[in-house]
Amino acid sequence: MSEHHKDYTGAKLGMWFFLFTELMLFGGLFILYAVYLKRYPKEFVTAGDQLSVVLGTTNTLVLLTSSFFVAMSITALQRGDKKFSLRLIGGTIAFAGVFLIIKYFEWTAKFHHGVYPGSPHMKEIAPGESIFFSLYFITTGLHGIHVIIGALVLAWAMLGVKTGKVNGKDWILLENAGLYWHLVDLIWIYVFALYYLVL
Amino acid sequence: MTKHEHIVSYKTIITVWLLLLVLTGVTVGASRIDLGALNIWVALGIAATKSSLVISIFMHMKYESPVFKLFLLIALSVLAIFVGLTLIDVLYR
Repeated sequence: MSEHHKDYTGAKLGMWFFLFTELMLFGGLFILYAVYLKRYPKEFVTAGDQLSVVLGTTNTLVLLTSSFFVAMSITALQRGDKKFSLRLIGGTIAFAGVFLIIKYFEWTAKFHHGVYPGSPHMKEIAPGESIFFSLYFITTGLHGIHVIIGALVLAWAMLGVKTGKVNGKDWILLENAGLYWHLVDLIWIYVFALYYLVL
Repeated sequence: MTKHEHIVSYKTIITVWLLLLVLTGVTVGASRIDLGALNIWVALGIAATKSSLVISIFMHMKYESPVFKLFLLIALSVLAIFVGLTLIDVLYR
């Protein structure tokens, strides 16, 4: 009996509160970016030019599309199309993998050029450039952890849909997993604009 | 479960997705043109447009009750105060 009483609004509002704390977490990193951009505008441009716009844009399209899949999966489930919903969630998780693989190649390419936190090369380049790369690694690293967690949460929701625990009448788990995933996408929109497109 | 839960149509979601793809193209294109200090504001402006699309449609904020919108406004205002006060200090020190 109590099983049927679910506070849908409360569950969703709780998720939003959590997302606000995430916003403040990444907000702190973006404040650091703004302060150092002001101090080292030239160095930030030089360092930013070394990031691949092609890979950054590809990852932006990957995350936007994965966000699109999640949004579609919720509508599909609400309309009772369980199979389509499952496929869309699966697609989202696959895209999370694609994103991480591209990120892996980006990071290792940087490592090969001696660009990683605490490397001898980082001490030689201009302070503004090493600060840019340090912030880049912290921000994309923290974001990458969020991608992994998001994929796991989505896998959990997918399992719920598969077993029928999450369904067209009770989809809060998928909704909240989706909200988390969209946040991951939102943060990336700003990472992309600030780190890859700086000119 | 609330009965009045709004179901967002496939069409709306697809339209928003296409808009997001176009905006990504626009922001990449704009970043290759040298606008001086304006570049960062164009990039941030487009990023803000993209995020409001994601928040209002993908995250269903448009269909939520005013309570959700109020809390979002508070959270964004707090962030804006943090960023704003820091920048006032850094820019006019």
